[in-house]
Amino acid sequence: MSITVADVEHVARLARLELSPTEKELFAGQMDAILGYVEKLKGLDTDGIVPTSHAVPMENSFREDSTCSSIGLEKALANAPDRAGSFFAVPKVIE
Amino acid sequence: MNIFDMTIHELHTALKGKQISSVEATSAMLKRIEAVEPNVGSFITVTSEQALAAAEQADQLIAQGECDLLTGIPLAIKDIFLTKGVRTTCGSRILHNFIPPYSATSWEKLRDRGAVLLGKLNQDEFAMGSSNESSAYGITRNPWDTTCIPGGSSGGSAAAVAARQAIATLGTDTGGSIRQPASHCGCVGLKPTYGRVSRYGVIAYASSLDQVGPLTRDVADCAVMLGALAGHDPKDSTSVDTPVPDYSATLSQGVKGLRIGLPKEYFIDGLDPDVQKAMDAAIDTYRRLGAEFVDISLPHTDYAVATYYLIATAEASSNLARYDGVRFGHRAEADGLLEMYTKSRSEGFGSEVKRRIMLGTYALSSGYYDAYYLKAQKVRTMIMNDFIKAFASVDVILTPVAPTPAFKIGEKINDPLQMYLSDIFTIPVNLAGTCAMSLPAGFSASGLPIGLQLIGKPFDEESILRAGYAFEQATDWHTRKAAI
Amino acid sequence: MKYQPVIGLEVHVQLLTDTKIFCGCSTKFGAEPNSQTCPVCLGLPGALPVLNKKVVEFAIKAGLSTNCSITPRSIFARKNYFYPDLPKGYQISQFEDPICQHGWLDIAVDGEQLKRIGITRIHMEEDAGKLVHGELSGPGDGSGVDLNRACTPLLEVVSEPDLRSSDEAVAYLKQLHQIVTWLGICDGNMEEGSFRCDANVSVMPVGSEVLGTRAEIKNVNSFKFVKQAIEYEIGRQIDLIEDGGTVVQETRLFDPNSGKTRSMRSKEEAHDYRYFPDPDLVPLVISEKWIEKSRRELPELPEQRQHRFMKELELPAYDAEVLTSNRSLADYFEAGVAAGGNAKSVGNWIMGEITRALNETGTVIEECPVTPEQLAALLALIDDGTISGKIAKTVFDEMWRSGKTPHTIITEQGLVQVSDSGAIEGLIDEIMAASAGQVAEYRNGKDKMFGFFVGQVMKASKGKANPAVVNELLLSKLKG
Repeated sequence: MSITVADVEHVARLARLELSPTEKELFAGQMDAILGYVEKLKGLDTDGIVPTSHAVPMENSFREDSTCSSIGLEKALANAPDRAGSFFAVPKVIE
Repeated sequence: MNIFDMTIHELHTALKGKQISSVEATSAMLKRIEAVEPNVGSFITVTSEQALAAAEQADQLIAQGECDLLTGIPLAIKDIFLTKGVRTTCGSRILHNFIPPYSATSWEKLRDRGAVLLGKLNQDEFAMGSSNESSAYGITRNPWDTTCIPGGSSGGSAAAVAARQAIATLGTDTGGSIRQPASHCGCVGLKPTYGRVSRYGVIAYASSLDQVGPLTRDVADCAVMLGALAGHDPKDSTSVDTPVPDYSATLSQGVKGLRIGLPKEYFIDGLDPDVQKAMDAAIDTYRRLGAEFVDISLPHTDYAVATYYLIATAEASSNLARYDGVRFGHRAEADGLLEMYTKSRSEGFGSEVKRRIMLGTYALSSGYYDAYYLKAQKVRTMIMNDFIKAFASVDVILTPVAPTPAFKIGEKINDPLQMYLSDIFTIPVNLAGTCAMSLPAGFSASGLPIGLQLIGKPFDEESILRAGYAFEQATDWHTRKAAI
Repeated sequence: MKYQPVIGLEVHVQLLTDTKIFCGCSTKFGAEPNSQTCPVCLGLPGALPVLNKKVVEFAIKAGLSTNCSITPRSIFARKNYFYPDLPKGYQISQFEDPICQHGWLDIAVDGEQLKRIGITRIHMEEDAGKLVHGELSGPGDGSGVDLNRACTPLLEVVSEPDLRSSDEAVAYLKQLHQIVTWLGICDGNMEEGSFRCDANVSVMPVGSEVLGTRAEIKNVNSFKFVKQAIEYEIGRQIDLIEDGGTVVQETRLFDPNSGKTRSMRSKEEAHDYRYFPDPDLVPLVISEKWIEKSRRELPELPEQRQHRFMKELELPAYDAEVLTSNRSLADYFEAGVAAGGNAKSVGNWIMGEITRALNETGTVIEECPVTPEQLAALLALIDDGTISGKIAKTVFDEMWRSGKTPHTIITEQGLVQVSDSGAIEGLIDEIMAASAGQVAEYRNGKDKMFGFFVGQVMKASKGKANPAVVNELLLSKLKG
């Protein structure tokens, strides 16, 4: 296992993080150490083991199709860093 | 007796008997906060005005003869709980300006019973840390030794109880974030079974592991708080709809005949001698009280930290995607959309958060999912099965909370893996989804608190509370006060 | 070289629930931006999703109606990507274990025999919000985000790449559209985006077994555009290959104005959605009992109903197909029959007068001012000879206009058919007396003159004379 700066850059892009060159070096080393430690799991035979997503067995949690009051436009936009009329404003999205 | 030294049940008696008003109690707490806060740093936000207003309301209720156990009791909660109209940062710069339009169910439940909110407590950023050093709002110091960390991520919640800045507090526990700071600060901390308390309105770190719980001065208070918090919430699909017992009612039933398991994997050679000594003493105490000890094995313990760091970081990488500068929180000046995302997130998140997002993103990314995330989920099953097997022959499990007492500020900050390994005894409980409590069980040679962990069967908080209460009645560790 | 197109469709069906899939906000279309939002659909910190049970019920119905098997235990997954219209930074969808799998539809393209199109899967997911550009009231030239649509329930229906032409694609799409609207789980409005289609198109040399590289075409929002877009894309890919180029796997956007598809600027980098089970939602377990209950509650589907109309009501295939083109029309027809109307006549009237009037006035069958019972009453009046078929059309127009019953109209306007032979004989006598020349012509063998006499009698009776009686009496009288 060896995490390179290029790996770090790829993951950072996926995670929408911008890292400085120093951070990239640092993270490459630290991730390498942590993933190296994690390698120990590979030694365990997990054939036929069902993966666990929820520790407590649960199923079928529903709500009925009935309307609850929305919080309203002003509250929805109250924390917006930028708004334009009734919209959240963001830099232009080009498709 | 100082008001700020009181427990919930003591203050309740005084409020009900009208010896003290809630306004008096709240003012005393606010004064105490002001006095010790410079040395501790437990709070991110103190809500003095709202607290006094709430206390006045509580006094009116009490005057009308309505004095619930929590009416008028001044509490503080971790800044991970959303509080309507009160800034909620989760210890992060990315939420420095976030004023929630709604409140967490857990806080609402306490508030509805008349509790008074003193403020929002410091924590590791997004609950990611074991030392409270990753907060964007300054470090929190251990009230027993201000050169040491209070533990984390609910470090502020533990320090505030230990420094008597709040009668009790709320924290969250994903890998030990209630129990480890409770242990380091000498208070009682309970992580309920996953699904016992609603997660609605609690900022998510790792959704399948996060659970809300109280930090208190003693076990009786812990039972009161859990009773108030527990129960099904239709807004949280993972909250469980099972009846909530009266936790206070069974506290004093003793431990005669209780079968306590001692997992060999937790009593290892590298254990700090002071911690080992405290555990030995605790075992003696329980023996005297009539409990039976059974040697057990939780064979996959050694894999827990690795499993946890894959599952928790993977979930976190997704949970923290919503901090994008579009609808709330920090937005950086940027040219274009992509830069807005990357700059806002990079400026807003601290290093530990970035590190975990990176790890989690990696573990889920194409080509690595099976080897990391899926593998970890399978090992999680094995760790759960360890507990199921163990609980076939014991009622509770006794272990240390942490391998060492609180370490020095800065000691592990540059070695994330070492920091992660300090959670080795608390993490398996989160992976198994069951309940566990930390309670004061002694002190190190240098005067730092040492905690004892009692792990219970899923939804059997009653047994660990009862065992904890019996221990507390037989010892006086919980009555010691940090000299701050 | 000859090429064989290979097409698979991914259809997004917006479900007709009152509230969103994971929160209680209204799904009504057209509200002020961001007014139908809450912490859950805004993706605020701490908010958690709770599944709308009706979405599951609708998904099961869709699955059963498309011959899918219902997955006994299905889970929700997070699809992770960043986009301003996606509040949480992930979409809650289903990845492994979708709710419905392995279904099919039989489609018919003109004159050809039925062809079975596989349905790979149907899964539930939440919709994203909407982005608007250049119509903001605020300053700047950015984009605006409206999250009213965020978290609206969708079914994604994914077909196998079994379609071989644009006509097959349209036939499949129309049938799917008919089913979801018939079930009442989708309003089918393609313009408002309630029924959206992405097409995966590739070509391969005829006889080849190896699929070509496919392009995914987005934004095809009408049946016409689906045909256009697929045909354009097939042509483009063939031209590209013939010119020595290669098709690249990419997403292309259909431009309805030019009728062409164009490459979408790739969203920064190759997608890596990092799917994993959503820990905030618990597994969905659907019991055999639940499935059976849903099956019992299913309405009779268009195909079944068409066959029943043919078998039980002896309608011709064409009539049965037209009358089952949508559920309300079929319901109207059956109500008319139930009220005593003759099936063939009711059908003819629906396909004739009623369809004409609906089209002329831009009315939908659900709002037809003439009820099926009134139509049946009108037909009964024809059958018992009270009015003629011709008068009936006049009566029908008046029913449509005034909403009055046919009896009232007939009585008020004196339109009752005259079948009394005495009265008609009187009229005939008068006309024969006034038209001696024509009578003579007829009697001299000019049979065509018969029509003249019928016309005269009908005119004199203001159309009310019973044509059968008129014919009979005229024949005998003219014989002399």
